[in-house]
Amino acid sequence: MISILEVRGLKKNYGDFAAVKGITFDIKEGEIFSLLGPNGAGKTTTISMLSTLYAPTSGDATIGGHSITKDPMAVKQVIGVVPQEIALYEDLTARENLLFWGQMYGLSGKSLNSRVDEVLEQIGLVDKAKNRVKTYSGGMKRRVNIGVGLLHKPRLLFMDEPTVGIDPQSRRAILDTVKDLNKQGMTVLYTTHYMEEAQELSDRVGIIDHGELIALGTQKELTLQVGETDTLILHIGEHDDPEALANSLDGVPDVLEAIATDGEVSVVAREAEEVLAAVVTKANDRGIKIRSIDIREPNLEAVFLHLTGRALRD
Amino acid sequence: MKKLFLIGIKDLKLMFRDRAALTFMLLAPFLLTIGMGFVTGRFSGGSTGISDIPVVIVNLDNNQLGNALVDLFNSEDLAELMEPTASSDPEAARQLIDSDQASAAVIIPEGFTRSIIPAEGTMFDPNAVTPEAVKIEVYANPSRPTGAGIVKAIVDEFVSRVEEGRMRGMTSIVGLMQSGLLNPQNAEAEARALFENVDQIESTVITLKTDTQGAEAVEFDLLAYFAPGMALMFLMYTVSYGGRSILAERAQGTLPRLMISPTQSVQILGGKVLGIFFMGVAQVGILILASAMFFQVKWGDAPGILALILAAVFGATGWGMLITAFAHTPAQVANTGTVVMLIFSILGGSFINLENFPPFIQTISKITPNAWGLDGFTTLALGGTLKNLTEPITALLVMGTVLFGVAVVIFNRNGLVQK
Repeated sequence: MISILEVRGLKKNYGDFAAVKGITFDIKEGEIFSLLGPNGAGKTTTISMLSTLYAPTSGDATIGGHSITKDPMAVKQVIGVVPQEIALYEDLTARENLLFWGQMYGLSGKSLNSRVDEVLEQIGLVDKAKNRVKTYSGGMKRRVNIGVGLLHKPRLLFMDEPTVGIDPQSRRAILDTVKDLNKQGMTVLYTTHYMEEAQELSDRVGIIDHGELIALGTQKELTLQVGETDTLILHIGEHDDPEALANSLDGVPDVLEAIATDGEVSVVAREAEEVLAAVVTKANDRGIKIRSIDIREPNLEAVFLHLTGRALRD
Repeated sequence: MKKLFLIGIKDLKLMFRDRAALTFMLLAPFLLTIGMGFVTGRFSGGSTGISDIPVVIVNLDNNQLGNALVDLFNSEDLAELMEPTASSDPEAARQLIDSDQASAAVIIPEGFTRSIIPAEGTMFDPNAVTPEAVKIEVYANPSRPTGAGIVKAIVDEFVSRVEEGRMRGMTSIVGLMQSGLLNPQNAEAEARALFENVDQIESTVITLKTDTQGAEAVEFDLLAYFAPGMALMFLMYTVSYGGRSILAERAQGTLPRLMISPTQSVQILGGKVLGIFFMGVAQVGILILASAMFFQVKWGDAPGILALILAAVFGATGWGMLITAFAHTPAQVANTGTVVMLIFSILGGSFINLENFPPFIQTISKITPNAWGLDGFTTLALGGTLKNLTEPITALLVMGTVLFGVAVVIFNRNGLVQK
């Protein structure tokens, strides 16, 4: 499959701070690629460089064969961007917003009007098209925000955390929209810090942390990195020391790894059931109260935990 | 170019949907203008508001026409408008003007009457020496353009009527002599009889013929001073509101979104500037139309008004862009814009006629679009036309160009979107 996006050694510094530290990856035409990482990992900075908003400190990327540093105007024609923040004119209606942004992408006349109608249909806002955006709910605004990115039918769509701060119903609608767009042939670069979204949507995932791409592959390839293991998440009492419990689990048979995080201990084992009793006993021995236990099979969260020693949401 | 225009129109549309901004841009100046009208008696049939213009008159002629002009300045009709003082020393009179103690000095030179009405027995004498033409000097105070303009208008009116009367009389006498209806021996007596009335100048307090050829006599309306004063004051608010929208768009993410669309930075910045310009023109235009409709304010020459509005808004837009270029947040633009609006309004004469300020303040006022704008609007209200606006329009265009240039340099240095 042909790569629509090729990123090579892309780096962005703000003074002494390196926000993105020379990342390299490709995205194939027609796939959904997720960039998964916690807040501040460098996802938005990466999207900003790829969309030509910020100039990279070094490195380059080509999109549809055009360099983001040498031919940014050609790149802008290929990509659509759905920014993390809702970037709309709140005193204009949804239709007026779409008309304006369509004109900024070179659409005009009948083709603009018919495309705006199509997008309104696609985002389910035909009935509310003449209402000002400021009267919309957060979810409706998000949908218009996405609609703007779709107007010119881009080959590659960047979606930067499009589900932040919205209700579950709107989130579901957005995830379904992304899948529909992909089925229609659109390539999507999707950034998120929600492991579930990356798991549901992605053909491939890049895990980014502290500006570095620390893992890249299909979900199966990534989970294999942590082996065929389960993870027990122990939620302990507010006043109990997770570090002490994690240390006490060292050497317990079949416990592969125990990591303390804020108010939790993550225990990695080949079979959760085999270590459960021993873990509870160790906690009781130290007077640590276990409030609840989650058992998780191998997933991207476990991969992130394995690679960084931290939970994805930290 | 199309995108630039689309961005400007979009900003104009957004302005008209912002009720708070509209109130401040249109209603506030309108109400303040009404207030000024009441305070100054404009709505109660009171005076024009311009009164007691100090003028120094030096009559070196001491003859029929010189005395007539002195009488005119001291007449009942001009009693409210003029405050004449007599002097016998032209140099002392000029010094009074230089020290800003009067609006103008009228120096009637010796022989003024003789240059128009020849001495007895010489009128039709071919051997008589034609008296040298002498002209009345109006020594104007540049820092009191309104008062000086009115004095000059009165003198011009006087001279043109005298000249007109003389020409008409002489033509009639010569015509009568040539047709044999008047004996040449009686010609001088007849001519002198005609000259007796040549100095009977009609005058009214507020009907002034300006020095503009072909201009109609105009009535100077005080609201034609205060209405533009208020419009120019709130124009500064409008341009800072427009500038604020650049930073607001940056904060709300629409500016970065514009930057990642296939639109050049120069188109985006140009569109934003055009938007500010549209807003300013709309605001001042609406205020002018409203005051003309509701208060019958006579603004003067329409092409001149249009050109002056465009130039004043351009100059003010330059200030708006400069304030925006230095600011980091919309709140900073709003605060700085309000301070600049008030300072410029006071300095620019929106509240108090600049003639009441010391000369150095009047010099400083030249950095404000308000001062130049008011200068132009006053000229138009006094009957001037577009061709009399060269100085204020040039000043405003230069002001806007320089400020816009500086703003662009700062925007280029900092980037429209911080990178």
